[in-house]
Amino acid sequence: MADKRMTEADVVAELRDGMTVGIGGWGSRRKPMSLVRAIVRSPLRDLTVVSFGGPDVGLLCAAGKVRKLVFGFVSLDSIPLEPHFREARQSGRIEVLELDEGMLQWGLYAAALRLPFLPTRAGLGSDVLALQPELRTVASPYDDGETLVAMPALRLDAALIHVNRADAAGNGVVLGPDPFFDDLYCMAADRAYMSCERVVATADLTAPGPEPWPPPNLLINRMMTAGVIEAPLGAHFTECPPDYGRDEAFQADYAAAAADPTTWSAWHDRFVAPATADAYERAVAAWREAHQ
Amino acid sequence: MSAPATRAEVCVAACAEAFRGDGERLASPMGTVPAIGARLAKLTFEPDLLLTDGVATLRADVDAVGSSTPPVIEGTMPYRRIFDLVWWGRRHVMMGASQIDRFGNQNISAVGDWKQPKVQLLGARGAPGNTICHTTSYWVAKHNRRVFVERVDFVSGVGYDRAAELGAGARFHEIRRVVTDLCVLDFQTETRSARLVSVHPGVTVDDVVAATGFALEIPASVPETATPGDEALRLIREVIDPTAQRDREVR
Repeated sequence: MADKRMTEADVVAELRDGMTVGIGGWGSRRKPMSLVRAIVRSPLRDLTVVSFGGPDVGLLCAAGKVRKLVFGFVSLDSIPLEPHFREARQSGRIEVLELDEGMLQWGLYAAALRLPFLPTRAGLGSDVLALQPELRTVASPYDDGETLVAMPALRLDAALIHVNRADAAGNGVVLGPDPFFDDLYCMAADRAYMSCERVVATADLTAPGPEPWPPPNLLINRMMTAGVIEAPLGAHFTECPPDYGRDEAFQADYAAAAADPTTWSAWHDRFVAPATADAYERAVAAWREAHQ
Repeated sequence: MSAPATRAEVCVAACAEAFRGDGERLASPMGTVPAIGARLAKLTFEPDLLLTDGVATLRADVDAVGSSTPPVIEGTMPYRRIFDLVWWGRRHVMMGASQIDRFGNQNISAVGDWKQPKVQLLGARGAPGNTICHTTSYWVAKHNRRVFVERVDFVSGVGYDRAAELGAGARFHEIRRVVTDLCVLDFQTETRSARLVSVHPGVTVDDVVAATGFALEIPASVPETATPGDEALRLIREVIDPTAQRDREVR
């Protein structure tokens, strides 16, 4: 089996200006933050970002990387509203396609199945449809004749996800309770990059139980992935259970720093600029020491 | 005899009432008072209700809000299955609303011109799909004219006027009730315009009218919202919300 291990910088080198990039996870949960920070440090621009959004969207908006955002919501969970996303919207700096969150799933699923669209009722009657003419309806060809939303496929040039364990060949397992839609992101993308807390031997992907057993969320397989990035604390400050929970104090500091360009610039220098996992961990450890 | 019910406890009981008759359906309460209300319904008149632990499992036992006791798990419910369930329809969500209008259109997306909002909020989240696929109720912790507006700036959750235009596509649409810190509203009128169902003890009809930015349908006689009885109060105070989190949402 091919060894697909690479670094965050290798991933960024494969991306191009103007690409459509899907980011897995959900809100402030299991986001591939080390990959997102690598994009922020790069010269990449004009990205279309597809996300059940959290601080991934915030960081990319703050860095001016986003031309268009395809989203159902953007939230930090314990802090309901994402400050950088709000600023980007309120200043009119980004285009958006705002979706019901079930529509977003359906768009990824349509792309994964190589279909032009999938029908749903979600969106009917709402301003998601009324204000966005790029979303169209379709009449059922059967006797019911019902009018449904034709949710267009959300095809991705690249997908970025973060899981708990992966092997070097690109198989990955989520050990927390919810895999979200990470497998759909991978299948919707031309190339999917998976960061993980730890790269393990293939046999150890099923090791958590007393006997080898297929964990229910061993959902990412090597057909879906082009690259594997070992990234300890790669989802920090979002949660990555059972390896770690959300770093609430750190997230609060992130949100507070976003309020002002000067404090944000300092935060960026301190926590986004460090290019290696070690340097990032040291910066977070120093912060934690100062805040205890 | 228990101490008399507080306003927050009246709100809890009114939220619980929203789930009456739901049987084996997933109750998805958003906010503290609805979360207490759904638990109260399950412990009293709706024992068959299903609740999640707020993450990805169905929880068979009823825990106190904010507690971290290990759940009795009766099923898994990751987001992938939540959307299946929403579209299947066996769910009753009680959502919040940044704006709500006379026909029950709800906005949680953005205030002002949606193209460049004055105030960007969460985004539409699941509101369009929820409202078109299954029963929805709303909880508004601060009833005022900023929330209850003539027209919402963005329709996230679909109201009765929009639903009427859809015909068959809206056959699963139902807005059961709106519970606020002042009153209970529903849409059981000929025009499907919001109606005042009851006012909480200590609140007058005029108080509600003054706090509402559109003309409510007001019956000739408006009853007081039912107050929780002694057993319900005991459950709220000792079992479901012993740390009185309800008082942080309603004062």
